[in-house]
Amino acid sequence: MTLKPFDAALSESKLYPLTATGITVFQVNIGKLCNQACKHCHVEAGPGRKETMPKQIMQACLEALEKTDIPTVDITGGAPEMNPDFKWFVKEFRNRNRHVMVRSNLTILVEPDYKNLAEFFAENRVEVVASLPYYSEQTADRQRGAGVFKKSLEALKRLNGIGYGREDSGLVLNLVYNPAGAFLPPSQKSLEADFKRELLKRHGIIFNNLYTITNMPVGRFLNYLNASENYDGYMEKLISSYNPNAASQAMCRYTLSVAWDGSLYDCDFNQMLGMKVNHGAPSNIKEFDLNKLCNRRIATGIHCYGCTAGAGSSCGGAVA
Amino acid sequence: MNTYYAPEDLSKFPTIGEGAPELWKKFSEWYGAVFAEGALSEREKALIALAVAHAVQCPYCIDAYTQTCLEKGSNEEQMTEAVHVAAAIRGGASLVHGVQMKNAAKKVSL
Repeated sequence: MTLKPFDAALSESKLYPLTATGITVFQVNIGKLCNQACKHCHVEAGPGRKETMPKQIMQACLEALEKTDIPTVDITGGAPEMNPDFKWFVKEFRNRNRHVMVRSNLTILVEPDYKNLAEFFAENRVEVVASLPYYSEQTADRQRGAGVFKKSLEALKRLNGIGYGREDSGLVLNLVYNPAGAFLPPSQKSLEADFKRELLKRHGIIFNNLYTITNMPVGRFLNYLNASENYDGYMEKLISSYNPNAASQAMCRYTLSVAWDGSLYDCDFNQMLGMKVNHGAPSNIKEFDLNKLCNRRIATGIHCYGCTAGAGSSCGGAVA
Repeated sequence: MNTYYAPEDLSKFPTIGEGAPELWKKFSEWYGAVFAEGALSEREKALIALAVAHAVQCPYCIDAYTQTCLEKGSNEEQMTEAVHVAAAIRGGASLVHGVQMKNAAKKVSL
């Protein structure tokens, strides 16, 4: 099957070459270690992974960020909380008055060694972006592993208990949905209404926003697509659903993604594919150059259709 | 070809327009309008389509509307209930014709 190159779609919509419009999100992937091994994970994270960002790279991230006004830091993994310097790193960003988001798998919050994490998040006014693929146990566990849904509910109740998700608390709890299979996500707005209604009715849980994220043909999800013979159909769907409006607002245009070893990427997906920032911009945090990075050309590939299909997809959910 | 139904044929549906482009254009516009959000939501319309697909037993439609239902936010429980609705109407339609059988039997019976 011949797939139309992503750059051809960009050209047709007069977006080629895709370039950054600045950097407002400094995303740091601090390691691939995770207490879960989800079937769709593009990072292929899991308990056996050894890649963990060392403190000297974290220090380089802080030094780079200090030279900028980038307002938001987005910490991800793996389970970022499992990095031994995680709390120090969060505090250092907060000391520099940056808004900090942490992408949490939720279950780590109820693991015996990490039980004070919810309180730590609240004390540091961390925005929690938590994965919960569905409001029913069967669907959630099919994607994330047996027992994950129950633990996730326990973590959500703990977060709600200290104020997360309450409109007046200032403690933001956003949930992330991604399809449990080879299909596009539903409308973010209508699914958010379903999640709010069902989680409150069934479990008394509240949250602020739901982000719908498309599964990228990268990592374990790509393996699944190939093994289940869904690759051609899924790619056909992504390509035929190309939305220029979503492409023009793609997250890579305002995000810089730092890997555990300090390498720089346009997004977390390029990071997993080993496609470093190129076209003349520096590709390591130690050579951070704001001007060059803010105006860089984005490295693209066939997987980019995942962010531009339908309503689009980003780490902050639908974009169009 | 060793089967009448091949999954890849679904994407060839627009080739039907080659023989009668004007009719295809009208059908496509009407089809799009039917499934647009209206008094019924897109999700509700997709569930109706899924049920009808089972009633008419069209493999293309079952494939397409299973995916559409998932992409409109329906879950497997809801989709299974929609299929039961189709099955109940089909089963009921057979059974209610039993009244004709009874009428016919009565007419020829002493």
